[in-house]
Amino acid sequence: MSDHFDAIVVGAGPSGNACAYVMAKAGLNVLQIDRGEYPGSKNVQGAILYADALERIIPDFRDDAPLERHVIEQRFWMLSEKSHTGAQYRSDEFNEERPNRYTILRAQFDKWFSRQVRAAGAVLITETTVKDLIKDDAGRVIGVITDREGGPIYANAVVLAEGVNGIVGQRAKLRPEIKANHVALAVKETLFLPEETVRERFNLAGEEDGVVIEVLGSVSSGMVGTGFLYTNKESISIGVGCLLSDFAETKIAPYALLDKFKQHPSVAPLLKGAEMKEYVAHLIPEGGYDAIPRLTGDGWLIVGDAGQFVNAVHREGSNLAMTSGRLAAETLIQLRAEGKPVTEATLKLYRDKLADSFVMKDLKKYRKVPRLLEGNRQFFTTYPAVVNKAMQMFLRVDGVDKASKEAAMMRGVAKARGGWWGVVTDIFKMARAWR
Amino acid sequence: MDEPIIEALEPPKPEPKGLNIVVCIKQVPDSAQIRVHPVTNTIMRQGVPTIINPYDLFALEEALRLRDQYDGQVTVLSMGPPMAEDALRRALGLGADRAVLITDRRFAGSDTLATSFALATALGKIAEERPIDIVFTGKQTIDGDTAQVGPGIARRMGLNQLTYVSAIDSLDLGQKAIVVRRRSEGGVQVLRSRLPCLITMLEDTNTIRRGSIQDLLRAARAPVAIWSAEDAGVADPMKCGLRGSPTVVKRVFAPSPRAEKAEMVTIEGKAPAQIGDALIDLLFARDPKLEAVMTAPRP
Ligand SMILES: Cc1cc2nc3c(=O)[nH]c(=O)nc-3n(C[C@H](O)[C@H](O)[C@H](O)COP(=O)(O)OP(=O)(O)OC[C@H]3O[C@@H](n4cnc5c(N)ncnc54)[C@H](O)[C@@H]3O)c2cc1C
Repeated sequence: MSDHFDAIVVGAGPSGNACAYVMAKAGLNVLQIDRGEYPGSKNVQGAILYADALERIIPDFRDDAPLERHVIEQRFWMLSEKSHTGAQYRSDEFNEERPNRYTILRAQFDKWFSRQVRAAGAVLITETTVKDLIKDDAGRVIGVITDREGGPIYANAVVLAEGVNGIVGQRAKLRPEIKANHVALAVKETLFLPEETVRERFNLAGEEDGVVIEVLGSVSSGMVGTGFLYTNKESISIGVGCLLSDFAETKIAPYALLDKFKQHPSVAPLLKGAEMKEYVAHLIPEGGYDAIPRLTGDGWLIVGDAGQFVNAVHREGSNLAMTSGRLAAETLIQLRAEGKPVTEATLKLYRDKLADSFVMKDLKKYRKVPRLLEGNRQFFTTYPAVVNKAMQMFLRVDGVDKASKEAAMMRGVAKARGGWWGVVTDIFKMARAWR
Repeated sequence: MDEPIIEALEPPKPEPKGLNIVVCIKQVPDSAQIRVHPVTNTIMRQGVPTIINPYDLFALEEALRLRDQYDGQVTVLSMGPPMAEDALRRALGLGADRAVLITDRRFAGSDTLATSFALATALGKIAEERPIDIVFTGKQTIDGDTAQVGPGIARRMGLNQLTYVSAIDSLDLGQKAIVVRRRSEGGVQVLRSRLPCLITMLEDTNTIRRGSIQDLLRAARAPVAIWSAEDAGVADPMKCGLRGSPTVVKRVFAPSPRAEKAEMVTIEGKAPAQIGDALIDLLFARDPKLEAVMTAPRP
């Protein structure tokens, strides 16, 4: 018995689910394959969900999706060994009817999303790894081979929603191996705390209000990376991610880095008494626009992390994943309606849709940031340290006059970068990368 | 629409061949992932993934092997809430041919007596289509640990029960007989029984297979038959659910952690007798009453 589908989606993360859902809803015959025991079982816990991308796929998702809290406050911290200097934004306007950002637990969320996919009519098989793609004589992808007996399975199109590693694509020689300086290794823990404690510690009035803290500075121990902390209903997600190449070079153990972060005097009181529920490590594509592999070919296309669609500056990933999944689905639906084959040429439609969306526009905007940060570690080391020093000098009352203090602070900033010229160059570089 | 002039005739169904086997399975919370609430010390079932009771998988694999060898059909049967359909679908993906879920509000709160009643009745219903040769169950469940349901079904259906079976030595379809090995206190029994019978499989007697792609596709698409109490033929509501359950769980809790902590002591000297004496001295020093009791002359 050979099976033939309109599309096979490899992976049941946000991108694969979005893609399979939209196609199944439109009546396409969709097979989705994931290697996890159940969808979400291999996916990193605790994350921010950006409502907009999901709303365009499942408008009333708020009715039953497992959401933890909606974010009403964002804090940015510059960390040095013993201090942090921060900015924060909180607004009651985030307490809207359809909040814009939520904290979620991925394992639960992905399971829910997958249920919607199956209810829409897609066929899902789990605990099954796609090992390779099958091609016809002309090199066109026509199906997949899995690690189970009985195959291959054929389809008009194979959507690679396999996540950051892109192993299937590599094995089928559709794309190169990912580079160590194009991915960050993130480690993360979910720490259990009673609901009231979470609310007290983060000054949250509403039961579903939440806080996000983004951290730069000593948290990455000189590597290119950041830390983060989110509040869930009854737990806190905390983690730190740095370039894989930096971990390899510095030989710093990721869990040791996270432990140090948890013990930081600004962080420890927030976590006091919490019980560890989970520890995970996962890669995040952070190579940006220039690291994007070829995205389409005869019979295949790439969505989500597999396409390096992550905006590292804004910590957005799942929304780019869902959006690219949706655009891929819309493309395949249209091609089928028009009776067109799925080829590199016809998939221009997908590439155009992507280029027209925030996915490519944002990645293009920050195109230079990854390389800039990699070559200018002072943004992670010198500046946070100097800023914290300066803050302390500014606040400490010790008989020294204010004018002398200000002068010393300015000299300190300049000296840290080898004179004012260094500081100006940094500002200029950053501004250019941001443009 | 016009009446058809010639009535459609059902082609005769081929006589079913081989064994008719039913495996009773239960969906249980994955006990490895159950957490105890650090504050209230209650067991947190929320968000705990569910699995097929691991013991049932040995029964299912044994059933599938018999089917592969002697031909026939393996039906998986479960009583549980609607979401237990997941477990049945997983069993289909492992190679079972058909799945039946009996689910009804009236079954809620069933103890082993009510459960075996409902399952035995549903088995009777299945047997109406075609007589059952073997009913399999796991040795016990990991969330109840009673090991009563299998024997309960056998008793109600008047089947020979072969419990704690470690291997099936032979089966004779013509003679309707089976020979199995059974673990018993202090040894292994080799038992011969007529069919039909009920077998509860011991753990670690086989390894559950990975279903093929076709099994999984079939599992994803095949309907799971959902039977209400009526569909299953359960007529007497007094024998179901809470009302049919003489056992009541009063409370479930995690034993509170002990206050005492383990402690390491350093003892000078290496000779076993020396170490023993030093340890006893330490214990007695800490608990003088113990010394009094232990050193008192025996009456
Ligand atoms: C620590 C961390 C924190 C993050 N925080 C956020 C955040 O707060 N907000 C945000 O928007 N994004 C965040 N991201 C990024 C976000 O998780 C990803 O962008 C998103 O999950 C990408 O979705 P995806 O579907 O492309 O890939 P994935 O979620 O990685 O899913 C890929 C799926 O494919 C399956 N698979 C892979 N290979 C095979 C195969 N050969 N056969 C079968 N199945 C296969 C996997 O099992 C997996 O289920 C974070 C990432 C990390 C690591």
